[in-house]
Amino acid sequence: MSNLLYQVRDLHLSFADMAHKPLIGAAPRLQVLKGLNFDIPQGSIVGIVGGSGSGKSTLGRALVRLLEPDSGSIHFDGRDITHLSEDELRPTRRRFQMIFQDPMSSLNPRRRVGGIIAGPMRLHGLDRISARVDDALDHVGLPRDFRSRYPHELSGGQRQRVGIARAIALEPEFILADEIVSGLDVSSQAQVLNLLEDLVRDLGLTLAFISHDLSVIRRLCSRIIVMQHGRIVENAATPELFEAPLAEYTRELIAAIPLPDPDQVWF
Amino acid sequence: MSNAFLKIRNLSAQLHDGTPILRAVSLNLNPGEVHGLVGESGAGKSMIGKAVLGTLPHAIKITSGEIWLDGENLLTLPTAIWRKRIGARAALIPQDPLTALNPSRRIGPQITNRLVDILGWRRADAQTRALDLLAEVHIPDPERVMRAYPHELSGGMRQRILIASAFAAEPDMIIADEPTTALDVVVQKQILHLIRDMQQRHGTALLFVTHDLGVVSKTCQSLSILYAGRVVEETDIHSFFNGPAHAYSAALLAATPKYTAPTGSLKPVPQSVIDAVQGEIAAFDRLGRGGA
Amino acid sequence: MGDARAPRRPLGLRLWLSGGWLTLLVLAAILAPWISPQDPLAQDLFAGRLPPFWQAGAEPGYWLGTDSLGRDVLTRITYGAQVALVVALVAGTATCLVGATLGLIAGYYRGWVDLVVSRLIEIWMAFPPVLFAILLIAVLGPGLWSIVIAIVVIDWTRFARVVRAEAMSQSAMDYVASAQVAGRGRMGIMLAEILPNVMATIVTMLTLEMGIAVIIEAILSFVNLSISTDFPTWGGMISEGRLSVHQAWWVLVFPLIALFLTVLSFSQLGEGLKDRFDPVLR
Repeated sequence: MSNLLYQVRDLHLSFADMAHKPLIGAAPRLQVLKGLNFDIPQGSIVGIVGGSGSGKSTLGRALVRLLEPDSGSIHFDGRDITHLSEDELRPTRRRFQMIFQDPMSSLNPRRRVGGIIAGPMRLHGLDRISARVDDALDHVGLPRDFRSRYPHELSGGQRQRVGIARAIALEPEFILADEIVSGLDVSSQAQVLNLLEDLVRDLGLTLAFISHDLSVIRRLCSRIIVMQHGRIVENAATPELFEAPLAEYTRELIAAIPLPDPDQVWF
Repeated sequence: MSNAFLKIRNLSAQLHDGTPILRAVSLNLNPGEVHGLVGESGAGKSMIGKAVLGTLPHAIKITSGEIWLDGENLLTLPTAIWRKRIGARAALIPQDPLTALNPSRRIGPQITNRLVDILGWRRADAQTRALDLLAEVHIPDPERVMRAYPHELSGGMRQRILIASAFAAEPDMIIADEPTTALDVVVQKQILHLIRDMQQRHGTALLFVTHDLGVVSKTCQSLSILYAGRVVEETDIHSFFNGPAHAYSAALLAATPKYTAPTGSLKPVPQSVIDAVQGEIAAFDRLGRGGA
Repeated sequence: MGDARAPRRPLGLRLWLSGGWLTLLVLAAILAPWISPQDPLAQDLFAGRLPPFWQAGAEPGYWLGTDSLGRDVLTRITYGAQVALVVALVAGTATCLVGATLGLIAGYYRGWVDLVVSRLIEIWMAFPPVLFAILLIAVLGPGLWSIVIAIVVIDWTRFARVVRAEAMSQSAMDYVASAQVAGRGRMGIMLAEILPNVMATIVTMLTLEMGIAVIIEAILSFVNLSISTDFPTWGGMISEGRLSVHQAWWVLVFPLIALFLTVLSFSQLGEGLKDRFDPVLR
């Protein structure tokens, strides 16, 4: 029995670089993840931080196997899921879910909220679906009559709650949250973050929280992975990372956060 | 403050269907001052800048108020003259460096054309000016960049070019509309540093539109907090961060994450505060209609 | 803000007008044998080139006049509507099915399927369409089914190109990734997630294609490559009317008006339906 939910070893992933594709022959590969090693313990909240192009979102999509790595391995709860086919993955899929950055594009505009939340449950053959949709809406603090609304009728914060409801409805063990508050106003941002924190505690979830914002990550996460150019430059517990950052890039990131305080020496 | 360079008085605007966008907004911008317009989405903060520049979307109409630029009320001028006045005195740093530059044209003409076509500069002068400015915003090898297309440059580089372009005609005022929202924190810091440097060196007044109180505290000397098209608080930066006067401003500040604060729950803006501001605005609207 | 639910939009004038004309035409086509004042094929050389009813020399029963062989124009337009509508419905739908299916599969699955479909589209687009159609009819022999096949063969690329591009852009949306995380299979995602979101485009194009099918049929009739010459078609009437335009303009103009209104109605119907398919606008 291992209490490591995820074990990632020497993970490599590349994309075809269509911008530099020669007239004849295959496109060159663009290395996005260059040998990552880390674990995610059961019940923890891990933050993944980095600039654009650091590979943090690609890593996230590899963890929930929206992308297939080139080499290395991802073990989920002791099982190697690195190269499983979609059919082999399907029974396991229910155990790791994802919440997306842009709630507008991640909710099918032609479905009502009820259908959006119920869809995944139907796929996995769950029973009492209607009751479960109500439960999920209760959990994220949305009124039950929202089931008959379309995504475009909701505010940004409400849409993101629907995204969360859809993810938790399957009762997963792991949730990946990819920049889920970066499109929201600070007031709804705080609500969504608090909600996520409560859910993790109440439902005993393991969470990986991808963000470019260290302030947000500090609020939520017990451990932080810092990425730059497809590599992990630092992986430390949150207090240590802020008090004694080891990597130059981590120091740069921390120094770049503008505190809401005019007396902070910043420039 | 009679020496204010830009004075907005009771500016109101609404959509075709009557939905208010701005409600009696008043503010002053002194020469060389940096003033923040802060609010959440839908607060109308970008609309103020657009109203001044005369670039409001067609669906939005100004219903009342005054915009004074150097003793002249822009709203009483014909649109063509308004544009000309503003074009000579003000410039914009836009939010998204990816869409603000025409992807099918080289960088050089995109900077110089405004100087040549609108302000009547000689092409050679405009060219020299553009090269100087690109050097001033720390772009390596300006000659090469002038010949480059936008897609060959990074987001940070493009934002530098837009900053250079905004300062090109030595305007008295620049409106910066969320200029770093699309950028990484590390690049954001460099760009904010650059904007502040340029602003101080050229003595330009800056209207800085943002949703980020952290950014405001680093760049502005004074600020206006907006909610639902209305200024709920206008004050200088130190008194604001020492203790906002309005309950909504205080709640907004409390909801902003600070990495220095210990791990724990954030304070979202309480519903009671939102209800209170909305009640205030409703009362204000009734007052406005009754008085008119 | 989320509470503001727009009231259901009224049908709109263009939907009424276009729908009205097409309904009228369908009824006329179905009821042609009973409502037509004359026999479409009956020639009466003594009643040749009768003018429409408001002109001097008109005869009762020949509302829109007769052609040089004395056949009633209104009757022939009514019977011509049968051919036009059958071609519009059958050829339009078949073209849509073939093109949209290939486009959807190519746009969502990508890979070698896309490679094959895309190359095929490019090659197809290089053929001049009308010449291609004439060539096809020459090979297949004239007849209603040859026309339908010819339209499908020359026009499926119109659907395939647009639907492929649309499916590609929809595939990049996160709701597709989210369905995959939820465990939906590839086929399921294509049919349940992507198809409904390209449906508005498909329906708009379908109605447009129906109009185009009517035109193609008219062109083929015009060059005498449609169904047998004794059955009335609008294209055939226009072709014959052209010869005697100076003596009897009505033989040319009335079928032309019918053709014009029908094609216009199809395209306006599409525009009107597109809005109703969009949940954001609806």
